[in-house]
Amino acid sequence: MEHQTRIHGRGGQGVVTAAEMLSLAAFLEGRHAQAFPTFGSERTGAPVVSYCRICDRPIRVREPITTPDTVIIQDAGLLLRADLTAGLRPGGQILINSVRPAAELGVTGFTVPASEIALRHVGRPLPNAALLGGFCAVTAVLALESVHAAIRATFAGPVAERNVLAASEAYAYLKEVVRA
Amino acid sequence: MLRQMEGSQAVAEAVALCRPEVICAYPISPQTHIVEALSRLVTGGRLKPCEYVNVESEFAALSACIGASAAGARTYTATASQGLLYMTEALYNASGLGLPVVMTVANRAIGAPINIWNDHSDSMSQRDSGWIQLYAESNQEAVDLHVQAFALAEELSLPVMVCMDGFVLTHAFERVDLPSQEQVDAFLPPYEPRQVLDPDDPVSIGAMVGPEAFTEVRYLGHLRQLAALERIPHLAARFERGFGRACGGLVRGYRTEDADTIVLALGSVLGTLKDVADELRQDGMRIGVAGLTTFRPFPLHAVRKVLGRARRVVVLERAFSLGAGGIVAAEVRSALAGNGADVFTVVAGLGGRAVTKASLRLLLTGGPGEPLTFLDLNQDLVAGELRRAGRARRSGPPAENLLRDLAGGV
Repeated sequence: MEHQTRIHGRGGQGVVTAAEMLSLAAFLEGRHAQAFPTFGSERTGAPVVSYCRICDRPIRVREPITTPDTVIIQDAGLLLRADLTAGLRPGGQILINSVRPAAELGVTGFTVPASEIALRHVGRPLPNAALLGGFCAVTAVLALESVHAAIRATFAGPVAERNVLAASEAYAYLKEVVRA
Repeated sequence: MLRQMEGSQAVAEAVALCRPEVICAYPISPQTHIVEALSRLVTGGRLKPCEYVNVESEFAALSACIGASAAGARTYTATASQGLLYMTEALYNASGLGLPVVMTVANRAIGAPINIWNDHSDSMSQRDSGWIQLYAESNQEAVDLHVQAFALAEELSLPVMVCMDGFVLTHAFERVDLPSQEQVDAFLPPYEPRQVLDPDDPVSIGAMVGPEAFTEVRYLGHLRQLAALERIPHLAARFERGFGRACGGLVRGYRTEDADTIVLALGSVLGTLKDVADELRQDGMRIGVAGLTTFRPFPLHAVRKVLGRARRVVVLERAFSLGAGGIVAAEVRSALAGNGADVFTVVAGLGGRAVTKASLRLLLTGGPGEPLTFLDLNQDLVAGELRRAGRARRSGPPAENLLRDLAGGV
């Protein structure tokens, strides 16, 4: 089983860290995972893309992900700029950080107000941890507990715990949506 | 211990396990995370005794390494791209003086035009500098090659470059089995230098040598490189016994035994190539992959042996010699002289262009092709610029013209 995720966002939103934490969560489940960013002259606010492959076998391929199973969009404003869902596999999932329903954004997928959730728990509108909780809800590829462990391995002390709460809230929010 | 970590962090940990006594480095993308991590290990007291020297340039970095190594310290540095070029004069001094400095090259293109992305132009440009060059396929191999590099460098008194693809490996987060300190200590004994800084027993190094002995000094250097060809497989075998996994060596074949077509390459593209080879095997194609770990010294006989009975050899290179063609392919052709195989050079992945499975499949299932081709070359873009340059003398700088064309001509 292989699951490929592509994450779109802006420099400063933790796009690269999100892919790394996703790979770490998979690793903690005993799976193989490879996370990598698009490599550019990163600067705050500029569009950034990162990738994560999760697989039960060792991963050898090094090409960018062009046919993702899941696309995570950390900044819905980027939807105006480019076709972020290009190459999405049939049955694939789109998860967007937005207070608006996906249909209003012209996309078939799920939205979660990840920035608002993060602002409440972490005190800063950094949506990445919340979106990883959301990833667990809409894909069932990883257990929420694994994402919690990856967050705790990445951040220290209270920052980690606040991000864990954000991930849990986004997870619960989307579980409700998925069920509805 | 199994860890999920960034390639740069893994390499920094591996270097620290080798107990370098002096590190002199200057940051440059995509090497920066490695030397930042090492500086934290030194200031945090985890790596000691070790002197971390902040310098003002790459030239100073390697010059300080030369001084430290000549004085008898295990010495490490890292660089990339223009930084490696800025070291060039000192590179030749380190090898000419027989100093076992180990350096990571986080492979990156060379400008102009400015490009921070991955290819092998930097290390390939220094292939005649007298340094041993090892190329890593994965972050695991990058870790393991660094441990072997110190042992090899010190055994032969020669500097070693461990080349790993910038960004593609240095910034990839993946599973790495980090060896323990005990394992590394058992493999790599404390450095026993050929000369030490001793006021009671002074020596002079760096003498001027005229025509009477310069050829002989160079010849001895060549002999030492050839000796490395003997030592590298032994070291790889000893590593496998000590660490329980195969890594390093001269050149490794993957499904090459019965292959009619073999693709030879260096570095991280090998993983993608192996996946493609597996897929093409399922389609009935007899194809294999040869991974060249050691490029300098060039393992002529080992390459000939691995490529064996293949009728078609494709050398996939992430650098080339302008006006001549493939750099690795030229060596492969001389290795295969007289054996009748057709050797094709494919230049791929320059300046960070992704080498994709789809392009490789097309390439390998296509016709015989030209002796030298450029994977995914945008012919229209090239033709447009040639037309422009043919029309007007003052047609402008090509790089900027191409970017304007790609943006739709505005």
